[in-house]
Amino acid sequence: MLDDARLSDIASSEASLRRFLHGLPGVDQTGAEARAATLATRSIKTTAKQYAIDLAISMIDLTTLEGQDTPGKVRALCAKALRPDPSDRTVPQVAAICVYPDLVATAKEALAGSDVKVASVATGFPSGRTSLAVKEADTRDAVAAGADEVDMVIDRGAFLAGHYGAVFDEIVAVKQAAGDAHLKVILETGELATYDNVRRASWLAMLAGGDFIKTSTGKVAPAATLPVTLVMLEAVRDFREATGRQVGVKPAGGIRTSKDAIKYLVLVNETAGDDWLDPDWFRLGASSLLNDLLMQRQKLTTGRYAGPDYFTLD
Amino acid sequence: MAERLAVKKTYKLYVGGKFPRSESGRSYEVTDAKGRFLANAAWASRKDARDAVVAARKAVGGWSGATAYNRGQVLYRVAEVMEGRHAQFVDEVAAGEGVARAKAVSLVDEAIDRWVWYAGWADKIAQVVGSSNPVAGPYFDFSVPEPTGVVAVLAPQRSSLLGLVSVLAPVIVGGNTAVLTASAERPLPAITLSEVLATSDVPGGVVNILTGTLADTAPILAAHMDVNAVDLAGAAGDAERASALELAAADNLKRVVRAPEAEPDWIAEPGLERITAYLETKTVWHPVGV
Repeated sequence: MLDDARLSDIASSEASLRRFLHGLPGVDQTGAEARAATLATRSIKTTAKQYAIDLAISMIDLTTLEGQDTPGKVRALCAKALRPDPSDRTVPQVAAICVYPDLVATAKEALAGSDVKVASVATGFPSGRTSLAVKEADTRDAVAAGADEVDMVIDRGAFLAGHYGAVFDEIVAVKQAAGDAHLKVILETGELATYDNVRRASWLAMLAGGDFIKTSTGKVAPAATLPVTLVMLEAVRDFREATGRQVGVKPAGGIRTSKDAIKYLVLVNETAGDDWLDPDWFRLGASSLLNDLLMQRQKLTTGRYAGPDYFTLD
Repeated sequence: MAERLAVKKTYKLYVGGKFPRSESGRSYEVTDAKGRFLANAAWASRKDARDAVVAARKAVGGWSGATAYNRGQVLYRVAEVMEGRHAQFVDEVAAGEGVARAKAVSLVDEAIDRWVWYAGWADKIAQVVGSSNPVAGPYFDFSVPEPTGVVAVLAPQRSSLLGLVSVLAPVIVGGNTAVLTASAERPLPAITLSEVLATSDVPGGVVNILTGTLADTAPILAAHMDVNAVDLAGAAGDAERASALELAAADNLKRVVRAPEAEPDWIAEPGLERITAYLETKTVWHPVGV
């Protein structure tokens, strides 16, 4: 059990952080991959599939993070977030829209009066290679524009060099700058090289006060994978057991089909438990996934296979 | 010398240029006209039909974007490879349709000739059904035929090769891609044709061939929103099934080539109707005198 005294003790110096993080049990790579692969074979059909599809839709952070994003595109995406399938009112809304900071105000306006949140990436996304002052300013900008959630990137260079204290302090500082906004910490697992590092980075982000841990920016391959998400789900489960605080998980990038999404939901249920099967605690960062979920949903309700011609291009 | 053990074949489907087993794992026995065992064929399920449509859709861009001249060359190459399999086709047609050998030879000859005939139309159809239209204004416009997209083809049940060629070739010559369900009881020429297609230059996914019953796959294909047209030739003589399929196809306004009351004699000169059935006319305005 990690009480507050023990937690502040861990955070007190880089040496104690390193001692703690390197004291975490190592990840059995083969075991984690085999476990994820086994769970991925679960067959989810008929009513369970219907439930899973609706749940997955309600967990989506509908994302557009391109240099070519325009206010018009963001407004279109917001309209889609509110009514994913205009021909069917029973489709749930997505959890949030995820955009660059300069488009937060546009999204906020388009989503005014709805429950759909606006998430903004910040802190020099996607590489995070700016000074702390710039990162804090970036975060404050996004929050001032109305962002409900901030997706920050960690300094992978510092993490890989072993400067855990620097990474920790940065997350704390951004958390402060974000104020009441929910803080999602992007670990960019594709750059962390090992599952052990993923586990350590997850704990580091949670110790520093992150509300969510997120796999990737979507700009680096590989992005979210099942074994990486498994390791992160184990981390949030163990963290809640140790501290009593629940932290959410968000795989992002590379999740394109309903089948993929359902695999993640199975993984959540079997690893962290159904407390996490909720948009408040689990999100899917995706853009093209939504259309596939809608097509599968239409297949279930109408009995005929749907075609992409009947869904928006975005 | 000991008698050689028969090598009994178990065929698979042809989807996306590959030969997968049916997702269902099922297969069924194909017999000749007298009921003797010929081979095992894969028994396609609705999910195989779904996968075939995905493969066909993927292939539309490349195939419809190829020049008409190139499509003609590729199709002519198919006829060449068919010629190389002539003897095998004759055996399969003779066994499946229960016709005399000489008749089977003439049917196979006719089928290959028909394929060549359709191949020739690849770069000529636009001249014949397209037009340049003088209009009442200081400009000109052109009408050109364009492929409609993914076509589901129910191949004729009785004519296993000539009928098959007569419905498949006109679909792909215009730049469409096809998901074809072979004759349920006489699928072997279709399977051999899939081997021909796989070893000629036709890109994977342009033709996808499913074997099995119409009941399993036809309603799925007819209702599929990502299929643009459907040829009901294989439902000839089954008015109830044909009208159910037409109804299913109405949902996304598929082009429907209706099932005839009885299967026609495929020997007759085909005409261009089957090519144009899967073409859309696009008219573009063109300024003149600039």
